[in-house]
Amino acid sequence: MFRTALRNVLAHKARLLMTVLAVMLGVAFVSGTLVFTSTISDAYQASSQKGYDNVDVAVQQRSSDSPSGAPGGDSKPKLDQKLLDKAAQVPGAASATGTVSGFTAIADKKGELLGNGFSTTGGNYFAGKDGKDARYPMRSGAAPKGPHEFALDAHTADKAGYKVGDTVRLSVDGPVREQKLTGIFTTDDGTVAAGGSLALFDTPTAQKLFAMPGGFSEIDVKAAPGTSQNALKSEIDKVLPKDAAEATTGKQLADDQAKMIAKKMDGMKTGLLVFAGIALFVGVFIIANTFTMLVAQRTKELALLRAVGASRRQVTRSVLIEATVVGAIAAVTGMAAGIGIGAGLRALMNSTGATVPDGPLVVSPSTVLISLLVGIVITVLAAWLPGRRAAKIPPVAAMNSVHATATTKSLVVRNTIGALFAGAGAAGVLVATGMSDGKAVMGGGAFLLLIGVFILTPLLSRPLIALAAPVLRAFGISGGLARQNAVRNPRRTAATASALMVGLTLITGLTVIAGSVQKGIDKMATESLTADYVVSMANSLPLSPDVAKKLDGLDEVTAVSPLRMSPSRIDGTPQSLTGVNGKDFGKLTKLDFTKGGLGDLQGGRVVVDDATAKEKGWQPGSRFPVTFEDGKKGTLTVSGVYQGNQMIHGIIVDNATLAPHQKQVTDRQVMVNTKDGTSDAAKESLVKGLGKNPALAVSDKKDISESISQAFSLMLNMLYGLLAMAVIVAVLGVINTLAMSVFERSQEIGMLRAIGLDRRGIKRMVRLESLVISLFGGVLGIGLGVFFGWAAGELISGSLATYELVLPWGRIGLFLGLAALVGVLAALWPARRAARLNMLAAIKAE
Amino acid sequence: MTPTHSGVTTAQRATAVAARATDLSKVYGQGETQVVALDAVSVDFHQAQFTAIMGPSGSGKSTLMHCMAGLDSISGGSARIGDTELTGLKDKKLTQLRRDKIGFIFQAFNLLPTLNALENITLPMDIAGRKPDRAWLDRVVETVGLSGRLKHRPSQLSGGQQQRVAVARALASRPEIIFADEPTGNLDSRSGAEVLGFLRNSVRELGQTVVMVTHDPVAASYANRVVFLADGRIVDDMPDPTADLVLERMKGFDAKRRTS
Repeated sequence: MFRTALRNVLAHKARLLMTVLAVMLGVAFVSGTLVFTSTISDAYQASSQKGYDNVDVAVQQRSSDSPSGAPGGDSKPKLDQKLLDKAAQVPGAASATGTVSGFTAIADKKGELLGNGFSTTGGNYFAGKDGKDARYPMRSGAAPKGPHEFALDAHTADKAGYKVGDTVRLSVDGPVREQKLTGIFTTDDGTVAAGGSLALFDTPTAQKLFAMPGGFSEIDVKAAPGTSQNALKSEIDKVLPKDAAEATTGKQLADDQAKMIAKKMDGMKTGLLVFAGIALFVGVFIIANTFTMLVAQRTKELALLRAVGASRRQVTRSVLIEATVVGAIAAVTGMAAGIGIGAGLRALMNSTGATVPDGPLVVSPSTVLISLLVGIVITVLAAWLPGRRAAKIPPVAAMNSVHATATTKSLVVRNTIGALFAGAGAAGVLVATGMSDGKAVMGGGAFLLLIGVFILTPLLSRPLIALAAPVLRAFGISGGLARQNAVRNPRRTAATASALMVGLTLITGLTVIAGSVQKGIDKMATESLTADYVVSMANSLPLSPDVAKKLDGLDEVTAVSPLRMSPSRIDGTPQSLTGVNGKDFGKLTKLDFTKGGLGDLQGGRVVVDDATAKEKGWQPGSRFPVTFEDGKKGTLTVSGVYQGNQMIHGIIVDNATLAPHQKQVTDRQVMVNTKDGTSDAAKESLVKGLGKNPALAVSDKKDISESISQAFSLMLNMLYGLLAMAVIVAVLGVINTLAMSVFERSQEIGMLRAIGLDRRGIKRMVRLESLVISLFGGVLGIGLGVFFGWAAGELISGSLATYELVLPWGRIGLFLGLAALVGVLAALWPARRAARLNMLAAIKAE
Repeated sequence: MTPTHSGVTTAQRATAVAARATDLSKVYGQGETQVVALDAVSVDFHQAQFTAIMGPSGSGKSTLMHCMAGLDSISGGSARIGDTELTGLKDKKLTQLRRDKIGFIFQAFNLLPTLNALENITLPMDIAGRKPDRAWLDRVVETVGLSGRLKHRPSQLSGGQQQRVAVARALASRPEIIFADEPTGNLDSRSGAEVLGFLRNSVRELGQTVVMVTHDPVAASYANRVVFLADGRIVDDMPDPTADLVLERMKGFDAKRRTS
């Protein structure tokens, strides 16, 4: 039997090609993901290991108990020069390095922030005994000295075009500084490797800038030759103030970081594998379809095998062996392609600016094993049903001279099961929309519904494709024949369309959800805001109160209010108070008051959001005691209850009331109104008024909306890219089905040609059939996607009050167009083949 | 006997020529493997006549039909349908010619399983985008006795009925000539006789021109004339054949073959 199976594979090379391609793509995706993630994670681990080369023991401040955790307050820094000296003196220590670090914004030549704000860091150049810092070898220039100099990492300097000697605008804690660039250095620092920037100052300057005068955030000690990290650690432990600092070995730190990297990569790997799984799932339909058709075509041959004495099991086995061979070929080629994809992805990431550390391509044995198993197992599983069907062919079928017609076994059982699944699934999804926590129910329901629709697709094919009849009639006889052919074998059409349906369901669903959530978040962020501009830190860290003061002093500005957080306690439980400028607050926001009103926000009068009011049982007029952050007690009175949102929520107090109790003030953001409202000139004058500070972002409502929509479209585009794989596999499926149909119907096509249908007519017939099947899959997928999108939205709206369903009609049209394009593209080759068919051979063939 | 002009023997019938082959040659392959399927065949097929082409396997009878019907290309000489010269016609023109002027009946029926009987019958006209002539269509359907089965699919019809649908399909568009390739090859003798009867009636009553390839002497006896082919040449031309005469003639070929 094995030889028979093998011969069959070879005999149907062309027909199996698409199957191999489908499995191959899925396997390539899987192995590509595995290769890529292990390569990257190895590279990161190698680089982080390198980063700890100079660290044998690191001394870090023990995490403080105070919630604000603001360093550099009245207390002295815990890691100071004295401790550094002590650490350097312990037996076995070769040298000790003190580091300080913090946020540092660097402006490019146009004055705008370099980088994304989250990975722009600054640190100190800690000159060792030889006057050099081993961590940062200078590529050009010299180490920074004094408060007016700094050094910049080579990557950032090259990006911005800065050279040694340039004067660069930068900002650490608010005010803009102009520093002279004295050196450009190279580094293994992880942030820089990932595309961030690193600016270095001399140690005293860095300590001052990062609010740690005389202190360090970490002391790294290098062991003398012959001293182990653990021995050094125990020596250092002896000199450390136990309550304030702790020592960790470099190895431990490297391991911790390695674990963190592995965890991060795991998340990414899982995400990518989900999409690989989707592509493979789609592939299953195509494999099953191919083998069903192959078995149908070989009915006579298989029956002959049975007639000459092959058992049922042998027949099934021959089909499965064939599947195994196909699966193995696909898996091996897929894995090879996957290694290429892994390498390509890394190159792609490098070119988009997210610098990935160099390292060898890692193809682990488990990657190889998983890829091969996935390819073979999926193929064999998908061929299982066709294999069983093959075994059921009666030996007498061999004697029939007539072409065995496809079994027209009734679809009643299938339809009943499908209807049950779909009904239960739809009910589950609908019930879940009404539940407060219906995620699991909805997920299960969606899955059932999807399965139900798969099963029902053959039933749905007739009425849905009949809808296209009026359009097809316009194409004359070709259109009519195409429609008939499309519904001729409902199972086959269904399996082909289903493959496309999966991809489009996901794409549409995600688009609907993302569009709706984006609208919701956008609304939430901008709805209650009437301020012309909002000023915040580029990295969303707290702002210096100087910013609000400076804005208040500008002529342009008519109203200013910071949003200021102050921890407090009410009835013994922690509760954050939001401080605002009570005088201007009403002009800058439009809060929706359910009870009472803003009134005169001064002294002890506050407004409270509905959630807090409900929790505490407050009404306008309620008075409550409060313990401020400095421990002093007071009493506040509720004057209004408003509907809270993402931006403004909680208990809102006038800043003047808070000021006496606050040691250190930071603002989350500052809202501003200008004389001219929002205009380029107004923005310009605000930016100028703030000293063109690269660390500050001045945004109006439109900017906020834009940044939200940018984030969403970036995410959606990535998802589209990943789902494209499933669509490509579906295209292969359509090609496969059409090619086989053309082959099976060659006699008919020959007859049509003989009685006068020209090549164009034949081509058109095949193309239209492809189009109809693809659009059928597209309509089903888009329909399901919209339904799932709506249902998921109902769940989301529970946690996002401003959520509203947005149906992106343009996009939906685009997806339908995509389905049509799939149909047209997939038909190119089969249609050509049909038109080129040798008419005489086709007619004569029996 | 010179088969150049058969008008001598059928002078009493209409003499207009529906299709004509002049020195028609068909060669397959090249060099060593070259096979001459038709060797300078010249023959006329007259209007409103039922002509049978006979000959042993490999005599070139099917090739002659395929070349005359524009289904296969011609290596040399000329083939005409009515006034149209087939040599040199591009595929598109050839397709149009087949569509508008030629009807086909195949051995394997070759109906579209997705279409019902009526749709199969009107298929050539649907392809051409023409409306069928209702009265004519009814008459054709009546003639082949399919009136009650027009809504049936081919799979619901017997072999004989399917071939009758094929005959109706060929007749419905009133082609200048119908080519039938072993139309009774897949039928039992009774159904075969029915189909042949319809073909003869269509010639007698409707004035249709029919050219039929067959190897069955009984089938050939329904024709007005039998043209015998052997080794790619026309070797005999028999007017008003009977089954016995044809059988005798065929035996003659076999004997000659055995002795040669």
